[in-house]
Amino acid sequence: MSINRRDFLRIAGASTLFGLAGVPAVEEILKTNAEAAVLPGPNALKAKRWAMVIDVNKIGTEEDYKKIIHACHSIHNVPDIGNKKDEVKWIWEEDYEHSFPGVSDEFVPESIEHKPFLLLCNHCAKPACVRVCPTKATFKRPDGIVAMDYHRCIGCRFCMAACPYGARSFNWRDPRPFIKEENKEFPTRMKGVVEKCTFCSERLARGLKPACVEASNGAIVFGDLEDPGSEVRKVLSTKYTLRRKPEVGTGPSVYYVIGGNEHA
Amino acid sequence: MYNGGKIILGLVIFVGLFAFPIFYNTGKTADVPKPSLDTPVINQMEKKECVESKEWMKANHMQLLDSWRDSVLRDGNLVYESTGGKKYIMSLQNNCMHCHSNKKQFCDSCHSYANVKPYCWTCHIAPKENEI
Repeated sequence: MSINRRDFLRIAGASTLFGLAGVPAVEEILKTNAEAAVLPGPNALKAKRWAMVIDVNKIGTEEDYKKIIHACHSIHNVPDIGNKKDEVKWIWEEDYEHSFPGVSDEFVPESIEHKPFLLLCNHCAKPACVRVCPTKATFKRPDGIVAMDYHRCIGCRFCMAACPYGARSFNWRDPRPFIKEENKEFPTRMKGVVEKCTFCSERLARGLKPACVEASNGAIVFGDLEDPGSEVRKVLSTKYTLRRKPEVGTGPSVYYVIGGNEHA
Repeated sequence: MYNGGKIILGLVIFVGLFAFPIFYNTGKTADVPKPSLDTPVINQMEKKECVESKEWMKANHMQLLDSWRDSVLRDGNLVYESTGGKKYIMSLQNNCMHCHSNKKQFCDSCHSYANVKPYCWTCHIAPKENEI
């Protein structure tokens, strides 16, 4: 049986009408709770673009480095798997030459050459990881933080390939058994997702500065890059700083004070 | 039909075996789950109420948690103001489970009954009673 033109138009018209009326009806059904509202925390720290300045000259001994790294990794349930291949890290140590490839000259002061730098996610202005993520599991928040939504991460590791700083780690195995002491107030991750530093967005929401900043005894300064009066801008206007691989155009938000103790 | 008897017998046994769960459970109903509210925190509450009404939560808690997740993670919010005007921290691990510290008797009782398997607990840490 074939359909004649009149019937076809009639069915098409009826479907269009149903579609127009049906969409609001379905939305009405799906609507959850119109009167409820969501708000930021009352003490939440806000900024236009969060940034960090790290002065490694103010970090004294190896113990102090360990303290900062431990502060971050313990509250975020970062596992210590114990081998390089499966390693998961949010903040870590690296020497000058590998922190700043391309700028490291043959002869640099001893105090810089052998001083470990603290590396972490740079929360770039133009993050390459966000551009390549196919699920928007990693995204840039309006305050400049490059955040991760582990619920959406499918473990494709495009972001790891895109990140010029090696700031991302993949969970090759279930991290739970490798977490010595779980922080019960923060989730762990699961096998198959990529994780990294979040600039402690969960602490900022509660009015606290990042854990590494608190543990650093003033060596790490945190603030709003777009506020001329902020702490980071004060440091940046008085000291010579470097950013990692600025030539790749990602616009990192983590600055490193360069120079020996005599300038500190 | 060659070996007709054997084939039919085989078919009868095959159908019987595979349909056994249907015959076995016909007319029986599984016990309707009764999620337990017996936790120290809930017992101490004067008025036992969740962030929204019990009926609404029963029907919509999954959408609520889903919207909380996006709101906290993606929009940087922290506080939920309920339809009753009360304020709550939006956190499964730190707030929901603070009252409902009996995941097995609360969450799992319905979820097992309905055979839904939310993957919350691969990352979020369940309250201590569930640890072996």
